[in-house]
Amino acid sequence: MDKSMYAIEVEKLTKIYGKGETAVTAIADATFQVKPGELVAILGPSGSGKTTLLTAIGLINEPTHGKVVIDGAVVADEGWTPGFDLKRMRREKLGFIFQAHNLIPFLSAIENVMVALEINHLSRSEAKSRAVELLTSLNLAHRLNNFPSALSGGEAQRVAIARALANKPKVILADEPTAALDTENGKNVMALLKKLAVENHSAILVVTHDHRMVEGFDRIFQVSDGRITGES
Amino acid sequence: MNLAIRDIRYHLGRFILTSIGLGLLLGVVMSMGGIYRGLFADALTILTITKADIWVVQQNTNGPFAENSRIPEDIKYRIKAVPGVAEASPLSFQTIQIDRMDKPLRFFLIGYDLNGFGGPPVILAGRNIRQKHYEMVVAKGMNMAIGEKIRLGLHDYTVVGITSKVVSSSGDPAAFVTLADAQDIQFKKDNDAIRNDRERIGANLSSIQALSPSQAEFLQQNIARITESTHTVNTVVARLAPDANLQEVQERISRWNHFRPISVEEQTRILTKGMIEKARMQLGLFRIILLVISAVIISLIIYTSTLDKIKVIATLKLIGSQNRVIVAMILQQSLLMGILAYGIGYVLILLTYEKFPRRIVLEPFDLQMLFVIVVAICVISSFVGIRKALKVEPAEALGG
Repeated sequence: MDKSMYAIEVEKLTKIYGKGETAVTAIADATFQVKPGELVAILGPSGSGKTTLLTAIGLINEPTHGKVVIDGAVVADEGWTPGFDLKRMRREKLGFIFQAHNLIPFLSAIENVMVALEINHLSRSEAKSRAVELLTSLNLAHRLNNFPSALSGGEAQRVAIARALANKPKVILADEPTAALDTENGKNVMALLKKLAVENHSAILVVTHDHRMVEGFDRIFQVSDGRITGES
Repeated sequence: MNLAIRDIRYHLGRFILTSIGLGLLLGVVMSMGGIYRGLFADALTILTITKADIWVVQQNTNGPFAENSRIPEDIKYRIKAVPGVAEASPLSFQTIQIDRMDKPLRFFLIGYDLNGFGGPPVILAGRNIRQKHYEMVVAKGMNMAIGEKIRLGLHDYTVVGITSKVVSSSGDPAAFVTLADAQDIQFKKDNDAIRNDRERIGANLSSIQALSPSQAEFLQQNIARITESTHTVNTVVARLAPDANLQEVQERISRWNHFRPISVEEQTRILTKGMIEKARMQLGLFRIILLVISAVIISLIIYTSTLDKIKVIATLKLIGSQNRVIVAMILQQSLLMGILAYGIGYVLILLTYEKFPRRIVLEPFDLQMLFVIVVAICVISSFVGIRKALKVEPAEALGG
């Protein structure tokens, strides 16, 4: 497969916090690729560097060394690519799912999805119909006008997934998406992500410490002490 | 999607309560401005209703509003005779405090010549004074009824009419009586005082060896008549003929001994600069302090509201939101709060300003200026929140 066919390409990605004697290497020489439609987990204990890896791929945390390519665009090569519009890239190509759903508390379920679309310059009516479509597909049609405080944990996480999918991203990055859910809801969310990866042809990279949640993933990278120690 | 409106809608109670608090503060700022304008209007009320061009007062004094001025009543005839003077009328002023219904009633008594001018500007109820004695017209602010009697000096006076909101320069409501009554109230002594004075004069004269008993008695009667005379006024006001030259008339009266002709411009300056300048500065300072407090409060509210939204802001940044979306949210909230608070303050003052013990004059210009200042304060105050928001890292959205 041609390299440009990968949704995510990471090559010798290294992130070092601090300088000199106090320098801490959070992730070192991470190299992997994720194809569109592939569901990949990064599994590791707390402090192993998996979130650092996710934030570097999510264009939040500048890598110290190495290269990051998203949907064929070199976003980082020994630091951010000069002049590259990271915000636009995040808006158009990336979708984020968080540990604690991170829905905006003062927006209803439909508005939480619409905000991501309107930020990406969709008209109000287009944003509304797309949000309804997404939430309906995630069995939330009856919850469109509910605020996050009125949703269950599973429902809130599904709204967050709808928001992540809103702009049809090439890459979805999920940071411990099941951490705030019970086992059943957690498994449901993971199953949903797997379904979406196939349906939307998006690369989904899930960071988790819970090995019970990664059943059925296409690939699993084990991370320990800042290094990818294995792939299964 | 307007995030500011959505946030306000969600936290409506908190937003309204905060705006009410801020509105009360802005209401106080508005009332301070109104009190200042009211001071100005009060100080000039009597000057305005009298419609005189010249105020003739005692020499080396600044007139009846600033200090004691006493001149003989009959000087009005000389003033009337000055070329260019169309009419002249004597006026007497006195601040009186009496007990009415077990409460102190303080008012400014104006005595005027029924055949001259300087009387009540308008009669709202009842009628004007018709008799030379014992009738009075009171300002609305005295809260007296027609037919009510009050004792002033040696006599009872009946309220026959109610006039508009006429007040003294210190804000006391005014009452009008005839000049003769005002002079009696101000200068007439009771019988015991008159007897004592006559005996004292008689005793002094009898000790003068050069006077015969009949000369002493003659002098005693004449001196007593002079000392018992009440024909003194505080000022004589004059209106000029249409073609008269104010300066020429002033120069002519200035040449007489013992009198000082003050023009309306000078009188206005004495009243505004001399008498209410300190109050004006004090009120101005209060307004500035209150506006600074408002600015600090708005800044704090916006800052704490931004701190509450750190995760929201981080999430918005993470999903690629432009900074202008976040800046607009904070700025619009600040402006909406300021504008709502201004509206609340304005309505509050509009509903209550008539009930203030002192006159509140709401000038459109002052209100417009305050609105502009409030908007500016909101914009400046939101900077602290905006600064904080712009420093938020998208990574803060991650984690539990």
